[in-house]
Amino acid sequence: MDNAWPALWLSLQVATWATLACLVLGTGVSYALARWRFPGRDLVDTLLTLPMVMPPTVLGYYLLVLLGRKGWLGGWLHDTFGIQLIFTLTGAVIAATVVAFPLVFKPARAAFEAVDPQLQDAARVLGISEAGVFWRVTLPLAWRGILAGVLLGFARALGEFGATLMVAGSIPGKTQTLSIAVYEAVQAGQDGVANLLVLITSVVCVAVLLAVGKLAPGRVATR
Amino acid sequence: MRLDVDIRKTLRSGHRTFELQARFCAQGERVVVVGPSGAGKSMLLKVLAGLVRPDAGHVRIDGETLFDAAQGIHQPPQARNVAYLFQDYALFPHLNVRQNIAFGERRGWRNPPAAHASREVERWLDAFGLREVAHQHPHELSGGQRQRTALARALVARPRALLLDEPFAALDTDLRASMRAELDALQRRLQVPMVLITHDPEDVRVFGEQVLRMDAGHMTEEQAHA
Repeated sequence: MDNAWPALWLSLQVATWATLACLVLGTGVSYALARWRFPGRDLVDTLLTLPMVMPPTVLGYYLLVLLGRKGWLGGWLHDTFGIQLIFTLTGAVIAATVVAFPLVFKPARAAFEAVDPQLQDAARVLGISEAGVFWRVTLPLAWRGILAGVLLGFARALGEFGATLMVAGSIPGKTQTLSIAVYEAVQAGQDGVANLLVLITSVVCVAVLLAVGKLAPGRVATR
Repeated sequence: MRLDVDIRKTLRSGHRTFELQARFCAQGERVVVVGPSGAGKSMLLKVLAGLVRPDAGHVRIDGETLFDAAQGIHQPPQARNVAYLFQDYALFPHLNVRQNIAFGERRGWRNPPAAHASREVERWLDAFGLREVAHQHPHELSGGQRQRTALARALVARPRALLLDEPFAALDTDLRASMRAELDALQRRLQVPMVLITHDPEDVRVFGEQVLRMDAGHMTEEQAHA
């Protein structure tokens, strides 16, 4: 039982930070893709959606290659700032962010594209700056779709296993998250621990899906 | 109002290209641009509002240059102080009637609060009989109320000109006639110059002080009507 609550706490931390990162990056990138046409736009969309279909272990391997001590980014971070990402909680957050990203990015892009451009034009003609148009028209009409994606991303980040295990390992109390603890408990024959962990995970996931269901259909009334 | 326009704009969509070419001088308070749908009338109105940037030429209103390709001048829509009435009104669905009307009054990043009150907003709520529905959202309004809300929103800022894109097309026949009479009276009262685009001959009859014809992206004819 000792590992259950620290694992839940670690998972919540990882999922929260990963969701925040997805919210900021996902909303920003999806807005840019929805708004501007540029060469390579479809390629960017494809690359960012890739984590949805790729095996998490493959993603984890890519991250190891990139962030490991010998990776070009990981090596540079270590040599310049002494930062190590592999086998740390930060590494787990990065892994969860990458895996959850498409779940936030895709609905956000759809939500931004569903906003009638004429409403944005109407605001511009009324003298409202571009930033004002975003905060006063675009975001209020798109936020439900964005939030639904954020909740899905949170649930996904909370349950992340493969990529996290590859990047952050399974150090109890340090990087051993909920789903990894389930795996370890079952391997060790600790059925009581496994049952508790599974129950917690299931309750959180059902709650998130119920919340998403409440958000998705009842869009803000249209014209 | 003196409108001096000479613009060219090429639009590409896939393999199709559309060439908008318009060159005219209009003088008068009521300019009507008439032509079939797809003639480029809306595009012309968007050029006047600054929402579309032409490839070449110039746009001047009352001697002020809003756009000039040669001089590199392109005033953004925010700076032009022209009002635009969209064909289906483009009311903000997440805001009530009062907030819609007050939208341009409040600058910055936040919308006016649901109970926003100002002298101008009160004046238009009363002038258009919208006080009873001030707290309602656009989807709860009748066609006539929607148009009045959109007009009020456009007029609050005391624009130098009012651009109207097929203002009566979204209304049924009876309402169309009464709203037309209403706009006619309103324009006479406010003396705000207007440019109206339409394919309806009745609009031309009522508002056509000066009539311009457009077809397939080109200004084909100019005539003084009254």
